[in-house]
Amino acid sequence: TSSSSSSSRCGPLIHTAYPRELTQNPLKKIWMPCRNGHIAQRRVCMTNCPTLIVTVGLPARGKTYIAKKLTRYLNWIGVPTKEFNVGQYRRECLKIYKSFEFFRPDNNEGLKIRRQCATSALNDVREYLRVEGGQVAVFDATNTTRERREDIMKFAEQNSFRVFFVESVCEDPDVIAQNIVQVKLGNPDYIHCNSEEAIEDFMKRIKCYESSYQPLEETLDRDLSYIKIMDVGRRYLVNRVVDHIQSRIVYYLMNIHITPRSIYLCRHGESDLNIKGRIGGDSALSARGKEFAKRLGKFIEEQDIKELKVWTSQMKRTIQTAEGIGVPYEQWKALNEIDAGVCEEMMYEEIQENYPLEFAMRDQDKYRYRYPKGESYEDLVQRLEPVIMELERQENVLVVCHQAVMRCLLAYFLDKTADELPYLNCPLHTVLKLTPVVFGVFLLSFCVFLLSSLMFSFSFYVFSVFFVCFLRYLVCFCCHFVSLAFPFSFWHFLSFSVFLKD
Amino acid sequence: MTNCPTLIVTVGLPARGKTYIAKKLTRYLNWIGVPTKEFNVGQYRRECLKIYKSFEFFRPDNNEGLKIRRQCATSALNDVREYLRVEGGQVAVFDATNTTRERREDIMKFAEQNSFRVFFVESVCEDPDVIAQNIVQVKLGNPDYIHCNSEEAIEDFMKRIKCYESSYQPLEETLDRDLSYIKIMDVGRRYLVNRVVDHIQSRIVYYLMNIHITPRSIYLCRHGESDLNIKGRIGGDSALSARGKEFAKRLGKFIEEQDIKELKVWTSQMKRTIQTAEGIGVPYEQWKALNEIDAGVCEEMMYEEIQENYPLEFAMRDQDKYRYRYPKGESYEDLVQRLEPVIMELERQENVLVVCHQAVMRCLLAYFLDKTADELPYLNCPLHTVLKLTPVAYGCKVESVYLSVDAVNTHRDRPEVGPMEEIHHVHFVKAFPNLRPVHIFTFLHMIERVTVKCLLCVIVNVMQSV
Repeated sequence: TSSSSSSSRCGPLIHTAYPRELTQNPLKKIWMPCRNGHIAQRRVCMTNCPTLIVTVGLPARGKTYIAKKLTRYLNWIGVPTKEFNVGQYRRECLKIYKSFEFFRPDNNEGLKIRRQCATSALNDVREYLRVEGGQVAVFDATNTTRERREDIMKFAEQNSFRVFFVESVCEDPDVIAQNIVQVKLGNPDYIHCNSEEAIEDFMKRIKCYESSYQPLEETLDRDLSYIKIMDVGRRYLVNRVVDHIQSRIVYYLMNIHITPRSIYLCRHGESDLNIKGRIGGDSALSARGKEFAKRLGKFIEEQDIKELKVWTSQMKRTIQTAEGIGVPYEQWKALNEIDAGVCEEMMYEEIQENYPLEFAMRDQDKYRYRYPKGESYEDLVQRLEPVIMELERQENVLVVCHQAVMRCLLAYFLDKTADELPYLNCPLHTVLKLTPVVFGVFLLSFCVFLLSSLMFSFSFYVFSVFFVCFLRYLVCFCCHFVSLAFPFSFWHFLSFSVFLKD
Repeated sequence: MTNCPTLIVTVGLPARGKTYIAKKLTRYLNWIGVPTKEFNVGQYRRECLKIYKSFEFFRPDNNEGLKIRRQCATSALNDVREYLRVEGGQVAVFDATNTTRERREDIMKFAEQNSFRVFFVESVCEDPDVIAQNIVQVKLGNPDYIHCNSEEAIEDFMKRIKCYESSYQPLEETLDRDLSYIKIMDVGRRYLVNRVVDHIQSRIVYYLMNIHITPRSIYLCRHGESDLNIKGRIGGDSALSARGKEFAKRLGKFIEEQDIKELKVWTSQMKRTIQTAEGIGVPYEQWKALNEIDAGVCEEMMYEEIQENYPLEFAMRDQDKYRYRYPKGESYEDLVQRLEPVIMELERQENVLVVCHQAVMRCLLAYFLDKTADELPYLNCPLHTVLKLTPVAYGCKVESVYLSVDAVNTHRDRPEVGPMEEIHHVHFVKAFPNLRPVHIFTFLHMIERVTVKCLLCVIVNVMQSV
């Protein structure tokens, strides 16, 4: 659907064209005029101009962290966003990084290459925002001089992009040192160095920028739209927020933090309707579900988590599961399972029989498909946005929710696209532990299995368990080393199974 | 939302919009369900002094004045403690100039003794036009200046501001680095936010960063009469009736006549509101959040049918219509939470027409007109009527325009039944499920009448014999 043009003064009524007949889009259940015309379905970002977000700051100030996180958030809420890291362009251009000398302010050769890389990145930005249908582009570079920022603004003006600066200012040497160790040492630039050499070189690199650093100022830059983040979020300066998307970006940036913590996601225990193979409803836990609740309580106790908060939905099965843990919990209506409308409490076979068209359309586009008188995954994402915002604010949280809801939350943390989201695997009786690490999320999957029937003999079972474990460890370690080589990949994946026996 | 009660403290010279911000914030927090109350020290001073003479009272060397002002502040803080500790309030807004560091430290000591969290909201503005407009719009109507003419009032007020200026110590970067505050500069052009520590402060900051004072109007109306409206059924997704379509056309003409600058039109995703907006003939935006309240199992039923099939639910709805949630449906309380992003965006926008539904319109209206949760579900929002809301001074001016197209009445007044009768009614209904409540009431009334008549006869007879 095309976004509406800003309606100017209400001119003369177009009597011939209006009122138009309405039909309901069978997939999304949206009423639209019969002919393609002026219809604007509420998209999160009501901006007509594409937005160009520009990071500003010395190296090791968290610009790329912010850029990647913001891109992930905007994509999740439905605003097509892409990140353009100028350092990447420089690495592709240079191939081999020698030393900080490249960044010296008097190195004309270096300056020329860096300007070329920036221009190349801006060209790709234009391509993305104009041709490929992107709505927000994040231009991630130091952009520490006023001159460079003016070049970017000229570029944006030529292309009718709105510019929003995100400056990160930090003078705390501990934070900077930790930043360097966590992020830069794994950087492709420093693969061939040892830690000490790398740190020393990087500090000199920062020095090269410091002399020419011109921060965003109150008087000189009073007409620019920007947010200045100081001391890792202790203090913010916000200037001239002009539209909805900038307001949302500011709100998001003011809620994120870098305190180490873990988020635990799991579904409710097995419910009576699960056993019958029916979707939706508000049933109670089955016997195995109750057993899971107890095991979950033990697991949480063993983990010994500092100040854990427990959130559930307002449906009986999640609350019963949280009751099994034995700690205070908070009920969120927003965490309720997706509303299947007329298909509530039906089996998939029944849906196929009674609503074959709906069933077919759901398989066509599971993300956007809305159940008749129900919801879609797209609606679910919009409903879950306050939950994500509060999760960003909090520290250690356990969220007991439902399959579709867990998929949406997982897609946010693991940066999955709308096409992958509805097919993410979220089995019952499995707890996912998410720990933010470097530029992504470290996923630990704990499977709490119940030995409900002894199909195999004890020894064979034990052997198979350990063999599978060993295999998975092997795969994991390979993945780990592989991902070390590509530190900018979004997530590490380690699978760790815990088998608890009766 | 927060474990400790929060004390919001406004800071700033007179005529910087502190009371405007305090009242608006209080209204917003109450609407989203956080019990909040505003404490304006100027009010306390007026009660204490009775008659305001001149700006001399505020001179920094007027010891008598200083003593009274400090007393008023203390009295207000005592009421704050009463509200937050005893009356169950969660946020208190302490609205005064609080321009000296000393006064702010007193407040912080008070808050620490009582385990309140403090959040400062400072308003800084040096634009003389804004200040002048502020004085004209707000201060001239102030009880202090009732007996003066405009010029005298303005002159006196400017001198009053001067009294504060010399001792004004704004919140500073280094000295106040450990305080939680937001500094609003130049009416929202620029914000400085320091140390936001919890959820409620984060929401307050987000809200304050989205409001503006540009003059504008918000138009609220319901969709035109729908087919289900005529049948007396609730919910559903029906089309407009003939009269509803007529309303859509009249609405289009009305909007044209109003000649509104850059009007945005928002509808829900239900057919009847979209058809209404189509009648206007301008581009519109569909919001799922504006959909009518979900009546769950009672969708597309008549109120009589609900009373017959779910008598207990029906009774409970009348008991607490705001918190009552339809089985597998929603409550007004859920609706408010669903509409919060709509309100936030309405605050950001300028001229907007919202075509929505009865329950939704009641929630939006309650926000703008500062209605409580008890009043909200009974606000009158008839079909084919447009409400024009224009923010003025500290509140909202409402103009109601009925577009002269007949429609059914979908409003149900608050029932006269009191809580005790309700309980009897409910128990009786459980015992005799086939009896309708109407029958029970007439029966009870009949018994009452008969008993009263008998008693009267007995008394008369006794008196006669005596």
